[in-house]
Amino acid sequence: MNKSKTLAVQMRGITKHFPGILANDNIDLDVYSHEILALLGENGAGKTTLMNILAGLYKPDAGQIFLKGQEVEFHSPKDAITHGIGMVHQHFMLVESLSVTDNIILSLQSSGLNMHTSQVKKRIQELSKQYHLLVDPDAAIWQLSVGEQQRVEIMRLLYRGADILILDEPTAVLTPDEATDLSKILRKMTEEGKAVILITHKLNEVTAFSDRVTVLRAGHVVSNVLTKETTKKELARLMVGRDILFRLEKKKCKAGKAILEVEHIHAINDKGLPALVDVSLQICAGEILGVAGVAGNGQRELAEVITGLRSLTKGKVLVNGQNITNSTPFKVINAGISHVPGDRIGVGLASNLTVSDNLVMKAYRKPPIVQGQLIKKRSILQFVDNLIKVFQIKTPSSETPTRLLSGGNQQRLILAREITASQGMLIAVYPSRGLDVGATESVRSILLEQREHGAAILLISEDLEEITQLSDRIIVMYEGKIMGIVDPDTTNLETISLMMAGQALSTIEKHGEEKTIA
Amino acid sequence: MRIQFEKRIDQSKISGFLIPAASFLLALLFSALILILFGIDPLQAYSVMVKGSLGSTYALTETLVKSIPLMLTGLGVSIAFQMHFWNIGAEGQLAMGGIAAAYVALFLNNMIPPALLLPAMFLAGGLAGAIWALIPAGLKATIGVNEILTTLMMNYIAILLVEYLYLGPWRDPKGFGFPGTAQFVAAAWLPRLTGRVHYGIIFAIGGAILLWFLLKHTKFGYEIRLIGENPKAARYSGINIAKNIILVMLISGGLSGIAGMAEVSGISHRLYTGLTVGYGYTAIIVAWLANLNPLGILVVAFSMGALLVGGDQLQIAMQTPAAVADILQGAILFFMLGGSIFNTYKIKITHKKSIQHGEKTHE
Ligand SMILES: Nc1ncnc2c1ncn2[C@@H]1O[C@H](COP(=O)(O)OP(=O)(O)O)[C@@H](O)[C@H]1O
Ligand SMILES: [Mg+2]
Repeated sequence: MNKSKTLAVQMRGITKHFPGILANDNIDLDVYSHEILALLGENGAGKTTLMNILAGLYKPDAGQIFLKGQEVEFHSPKDAITHGIGMVHQHFMLVESLSVTDNIILSLQSSGLNMHTSQVKKRIQELSKQYHLLVDPDAAIWQLSVGEQQRVEIMRLLYRGADILILDEPTAVLTPDEATDLSKILRKMTEEGKAVILITHKLNEVTAFSDRVTVLRAGHVVSNVLTKETTKKELARLMVGRDILFRLEKKKCKAGKAILEVEHIHAINDKGLPALVDVSLQICAGEILGVAGVAGNGQRELAEVITGLRSLTKGKVLVNGQNITNSTPFKVINAGISHVPGDRIGVGLASNLTVSDNLVMKAYRKPPIVQGQLIKKRSILQFVDNLIKVFQIKTPSSETPTRLLSGGNQQRLILAREITASQGMLIAVYPSRGLDVGATESVRSILLEQREHGAAILLISEDLEEITQLSDRIIVMYEGKIMGIVDPDTTNLETISLMMAGQALSTIEKHGEEKTIA
Repeated sequence: MRIQFEKRIDQSKISGFLIPAASFLLALLFSALILILFGIDPLQAYSVMVKGSLGSTYALTETLVKSIPLMLTGLGVSIAFQMHFWNIGAEGQLAMGGIAAAYVALFLNNMIPPALLLPAMFLAGGLAGAIWALIPAGLKATIGVNEILTTLMMNYIAILLVEYLYLGPWRDPKGFGFPGTAQFVAAAWLPRLTGRVHYGIIFAIGGAILLWFLLKHTKFGYEIRLIGENPKAARYSGINIAKNIILVMLISGGLSGIAGMAEVSGISHRLYTGLTVGYGYTAIIVAWLANLNPLGILVVAFSMGALLVGGDQLQIAMQTPAAVADILQGAILFFMLGGSIFNTYKIKITHKKSIQHGEKTHE
């Protein structure tokens, strides 16, 4: 096989304005076949914009694109794909109710009428084998996990003959195992001579996946190096523009009285299966309780049950001694519990509404914003401007639609709102998921600051580093059950991993000498 | 050369005015072709339409008469649409409002003092529309039944009920076979301001102001917007969605019910076949063209009224087939709705070029 790298794409002088912002400023980018290029940058650096231009979704204000030396101009994603360029977006574009095969037929240029489903299915199976891309052609999209849906998106591009594949933050939605699978698939594709561009803001991924890395900051290329010739620390500095502390300062916990008490609760998930089995926990004022576990082991349901979004079948939930078992979300909010939901866009925000509308989502029913039934525009303005300043939310104005904010700023908005509304109890679900290092650092320090102010915090995260860094105690969940409670300072990661895989702490302790608290 | 659609990032004020104006002009040009095909002079036809709908006091008042029910039902559906609750049942809600008002006027007039008869009809009309809307609202709020189907089906029931009543049990025995109820007593007639323009216009303007205030300045308005934009976020922030669906539909149906009351009490003074002529469906277009803005709905409903009256005049004055007026109305609506896509998209015309580039490969 010819393994020589050839220049597949050159982007030259690409510039793109959005109202009030220069998203791409005179960017040059080279992409080689046989290679995985990581496009690294903070949220809002302009990565997605640049790739949307390459994939024919946006037109640049200035600049040129050359494919194998030939200048091209794309007018639509269709144009780009006929030139072999395809992109998997952060939000998938599949028809939920149709099968995998039907979705692929839909995306083909020809009308599909003269196409035999069986032929398409056969080709899917061929490609599936060639690239180790496991996809069941007959499954309906809604039956598939997010990871499987992503494979369908990739399949769709391969089917249409793409040899330059762009993936926009593909691992944001994947479990660690799925991410490893994906890296193998991508590797296989470069072996076959394709070029892969991987958009990411995760340093681990750059070092684990890529051959070359181009770093974007605020719309500029700040570096373009071979992955093996750089370090994570160096990349972090390039990406953020300052040194990043990989450890946060955490003062010793001086836990106060119990704020949240969860007693032997049971609940079922959307599919009607047990999601929580006899879960009990307690959180004190000034304490962060981390919940570790592989996603889908009941963490989401735990947060939903406490916040009144899901009913529990057995057990009791108390906050500040007040019984809130199976209360409405309204009563839970009034009892002082705030919630940073795991699904930021789907649940935490109304992204078409303005920053101001989103910031008052909890405060709008309290004075001074409301008097009687009337909303006071002036009080809103004051309230909102203050939060934007205190929480450093970067937005052109308080009347900007929230969807135009970067992920980090959307999360700061939610935190600002929830912390202001909270009375001592905060539930944070995947609070730094999808955020770059800079934003992650800021979100985590906000949580620590709240803890110091005496808040009781339930932190649900898949990120073990985050959990161990922030938590005072950690519970590990597996299939809806608590595998044990451990102290992050005296427990090693291996023990936690074993618990995440379903081993109860008591059985591990028999073999190891881990010191734990209960 | 290629033509393509591109999403607008921000919507300018100028295009917000220019686009409808251009769409309207295009519609006139297109309709002119059709008129010529029918052997009608388009300029003459247009002048008949304008004169007939706007050209005299009489014409203006007739246009207003037609626009009153469009305003009220347009306002009614708009508040539901704000919440993304697709109430297409305004026609039925209007019909029920008419029935209830007629019932009060026909059968309770000797139990209610004359001065209170109109207020009673107003209340009965509004309540009947609201209750008719409450059924689909309740089904949606409790067990999630799709409101598009239920509101639509409720229309058929209400329309047939109107027919049954004026042809059957409520038919005027002294009506010489005329299909309709007996005329209401005079105390049940909605006073007129000028021509046939009745107090319904005041209900409509009052309703628009009230709705505007509700949406912009109250907690309730904020909740409706949030539910419309993202129901999951609304539930998460503690809003009771079921309660809001019920409230919104009570208002929505109530406004349409009042439209029905105003029609029977202000225009026909009886229940008859002219009540359900499609105002409740046109209301959907009115609300949409006005971007759900309550004050905009008044303006759009007036224009729509002019179009209806102008079409009738064309038929009367130039003896054109009834279909011609319908075609003109259809064409104008088609172009206006089609044009509104350019509020969110713009067209880009580009020329393709391809330049040889020297550099080939390296490494
Ligand atoms: N459609 C758009 N309209 C207006 N601004 C946009 C749009 N898309 C992106 N932006 C802005 O451009 C900048 C770059 O965004 P993006 O390319 O999405 O960054 P990244 O993918 O690196 O996080 C951000 O400030 C973002 O708010
Ligand atoms: Mg992005």
